[in-house]
Amino acid sequence: MTVDVLYFASLRDAAGCERERIARPVEGLAALYEALRIRHGFALPRDRVRVAVNGAFVAWDHVPGEGDEIVFVPPVSGG
Amino acid sequence: MKDFALAVMTIDAAALRSALGSDRAGAVVCFEGVVRDHSEGRAVRRLAYQAYAPLAEAEGTRIVAEARTRFEIERIVCVHRVGELSIGDVAVFVGVSAAHRDAAFAACRHVIDEVKRSVPIWKKEHYADGESAWRHPDGTPVR
Repeated sequence: MTVDVLYFASLRDAAGCERERIARPVEGLAALYEALRIRHGFALPRDRVRVAVNGAFVAWDHVPGEGDEIVFVPPVSGG
Repeated sequence: MKDFALAVMTIDAAALRSALGSDRAGAVVCFEGVVRDHSEGRAVRRLAYQAYAPLAEAEGTRIVAEARTRFEIERIVCVHRVGELSIGDVAVFVGVSAAHRDAAFAACRHVIDEVKRSVPIWKKEHYADGESAWRHPDGTPVR
């Protein structure tokens, strides 16, 4: 399975890219975030991040599918 | 004009305000969030806003629709900037018209608070000393 992960704000700066395609992601969104956090050195622990799949917020136990667009949403600061 | 929109160009507050008028409206309340020159004691030179556009538009639209059901209002619009902003630029505009002022004030306050709480838009502050940081407001700034 392949998914696309999009990065924003401090996660984008840490990852050094806007998106990356990940083949055979680790099982589950929480484990995927932890793996990417370690790989890219994200400062934000998972409990400060929400997750969206294909443009909608989902629970951490949501099971992503082939080709899904995944965004780990750091605390927002609009306004 | 959509109820909620992201804008890459300057927000024209006067034009947004003029679109709120209605013969049924006895009150118009507008809120402008403006870029200021300081943040938590640090001098700020400029800001940049980034958005996850599909989800930001969906969340913003949901918030405005919720305001329509919760408050007795006539017209409502919210526009949020993305991109590079200077001191004094309008970052966000919320405008509401209603028959009576209580509903207009309440709906305007509700929308700006909810936008700040949940719409996926992020602010990067560029400081006078050359440093910059993303604001992730339930904790310290992340460089």
